[in-house]
Amino acid sequence: MSKELIRLADCVMAFDDEIVLDKINLSIQDKEFLTLLGPSGCGKTTTLRIIGGFQTPTSGDVLFDGVRINSVPPHKRTINTVFQKYALFPHLNVYENIAFGLRIPKADASGKKVRLPEEEIDRRVMEMLEVVNLRGFEKRRTTQLSGGQQQRVAIARALVNRPKVLLLDEPLGALDLKLRKDMQNELKRIQKAMEITFVYVTHDQEEALAMSDTVVVMDGGKIQQIGSPEDIYNEPKNAFVADFIGESNIIDGIMRADGVVEIFNRRFQCLDGGFARDEEVDVVIRPEDVDIVPEDQGQLKGTVTSVTFKGMQYDIIVDFYGFKWLIQTTDLSPVGSRIGIKIDPDGIHVMKKSEYSGMFGDYSSYSEEYEEISDASYALDEEESGDEE
Amino acid sequence: MKNKLSWFAVPYVVWMALMVVIPILIMVVYAFTTAEFEGTVENFSEMGAYASVFLRSFRLAIIATLVCLLIGYPVAYWMAHEGPGFQRVAMALIMLPMWMNFLLRTYSWMSILENNGLLNQFFRSVRLVDVYNQIALHFAADPALYKPTDYIPMIGTSGAVVLGMVYNYLPFMILPIYSVILKLDHSLLEAARDLGADSAGVFRKVILPLSLPGVLSGVTMVFVPSVSTFAISRLLGGGTQMMLGDLIEQQFLGGAYDPHLGAAISMVMMVIVVLCMVVMNHFGEGEEQAVML
Repeated sequence: MSKELIRLADCVMAFDDEIVLDKINLSIQDKEFLTLLGPSGCGKTTTLRIIGGFQTPTSGDVLFDGVRINSVPPHKRTINTVFQKYALFPHLNVYENIAFGLRIPKADASGKKVRLPEEEIDRRVMEMLEVVNLRGFEKRRTTQLSGGQQQRVAIARALVNRPKVLLLDEPLGALDLKLRKDMQNELKRIQKAMEITFVYVTHDQEEALAMSDTVVVMDGGKIQQIGSPEDIYNEPKNAFVADFIGESNIIDGIMRADGVVEIFNRRFQCLDGGFARDEEVDVVIRPEDVDIVPEDQGQLKGTVTSVTFKGMQYDIIVDFYGFKWLIQTTDLSPVGSRIGIKIDPDGIHVMKKSEYSGMFGDYSSYSEEYEEISDASYALDEEESGDEE
Repeated sequence: MKNKLSWFAVPYVVWMALMVVIPILIMVVYAFTTAEFEGTVENFSEMGAYASVFLRSFRLAIIATLVCLLIGYPVAYWMAHEGPGFQRVAMALIMLPMWMNFLLRTYSWMSILENNGLLNQFFRSVRLVDVYNQIALHFAADPALYKPTDYIPMIGTSGAVVLGMVYNYLPFMILPIYSVILKLDHSLLEAARDLGADSAGVFRKVILPLSLPGVLSGVTMVFVPSVSTFAISRLLGGGTQMMLGDLIEQQFLGGAYDPHLGAAISMVMMVIVVLCMVVMNHFGEGEEQAVML
């Protein structure tokens, strides 16, 4: 399984002196589901377009099966793309959209251009319609389809050419939440069934964790971390990754010895090691890894300042010595109550200091973030903060 | 009316009724009556005598439309793929002649194409006229009778009429095609390349079909004024290239005064043009819908 199919080596992309990709090194294995994850402008789409051949890197190499393909145009690559807004041909019906690639004469072994026989085209289009559950839609105009159906036509149109790699550029971005979950499963199923490599671009971390074999977290034109979804979530390399993937409390700490980290002048057991003695570090504590205990039994003691009911759990904000943490718990602790917390050694993740240190992981501004999400609570929070002053 | 603003359309509707619907009705009445306003179809049965004028009109208009299309499409395509600065300049150059009166422009072409006009003076100076005489002599039915000229005959030919039409109506071909190509979704072109189409394939399978609505409106906007023109054919055709417009004008304003026949000819011409347009639009129906959506 683990055979390298695509390699980006020191790929740099610059537009008018603005560096969009900064020395990207990436290895994509055959038949894997790899996701490029990051906020908008992080370079993930540019990376995808370089693999697809729509952009040539300013410097660096793109290798496909060991062959340099920097200047091979898109139509000569065995790679197909599902575009962000599907880019279905409006003048063709569903059938002809899917058949588009098959109708283009391909050079055979002797270099002579040959057309596929009509029966072969028909068989393969019908097969793809079956795969994407669109049987009976072949005569429809693409403009008469729903977003989810258009999406599936776009996937079928790309897959029918039997590419070695399928590139997907935020393909589920325009769909509603329910449909998105269905399509995630659908895509995973198709990838398994067709046994091809998927390179998937998204800014949705849940989507990335749910679907991928490998997640590549990007920011500022650089790869921040490459790993399995579990690795990325459990062992984030820096504050950016920890913050971008899930919720994280990120606290300044000092590594006193292997397995011992000091936070707020208290020593905690952890599983990390290999740091210099007394090295300053970032400590990540996931909201769900914190146990709430009576105040006198706690390793740390704090005051609850905000409680939000989230269905499965309560999101509570707790003030520890002026630093606000997000904790997820199933037991309600009312606002104003004093609580203690305990953290198991495997709930503490120690990271080296990075350029992102101090930028993320403090929930002091949590209520503001919350306001942006819900307009209804905005007025309420406004009043509350007014009272405090 | 559903919308209050709809009332603003009333003056236009009244204007259209007065200036379009009523005149057409008058034309139909004239076409089916004699000078004494008695019902007749004689106006139509007489029309066979003018078959050559009909044929020439449609032939020249079709040629002019095709030439406009062959020049206009590549120009529009090229413009759409250049930067905005280039597009502004190109647009200004295309529109510039339109700021001058149509008749003045056509008169200018007369002085260019005349036997002693600008072009022939140039041809004489570079001895192109001699070359022309050689060729003409070679093709002459009876070389002994061929008299060499000191000009290349241009004015008064059907070529001059087509040239006048192309010059005057070319912008109407370029602009609609240009605006359609400009608005094409770039990701469609990328998708076609992604699916294996080379540049020629992308053009043939995506750009061309999606720009057909522009081509259709361009063809309409060139063909309709071309087929009914009278100024161009009279000024550049030198009286030898009579077209439908000239024929109709003669029936109303000229020596052959017969408004009833003129109305009948106008009616037949209108019906033929409308039929042409219906057939054309039927061809492009699917694509037009696609681009609108």
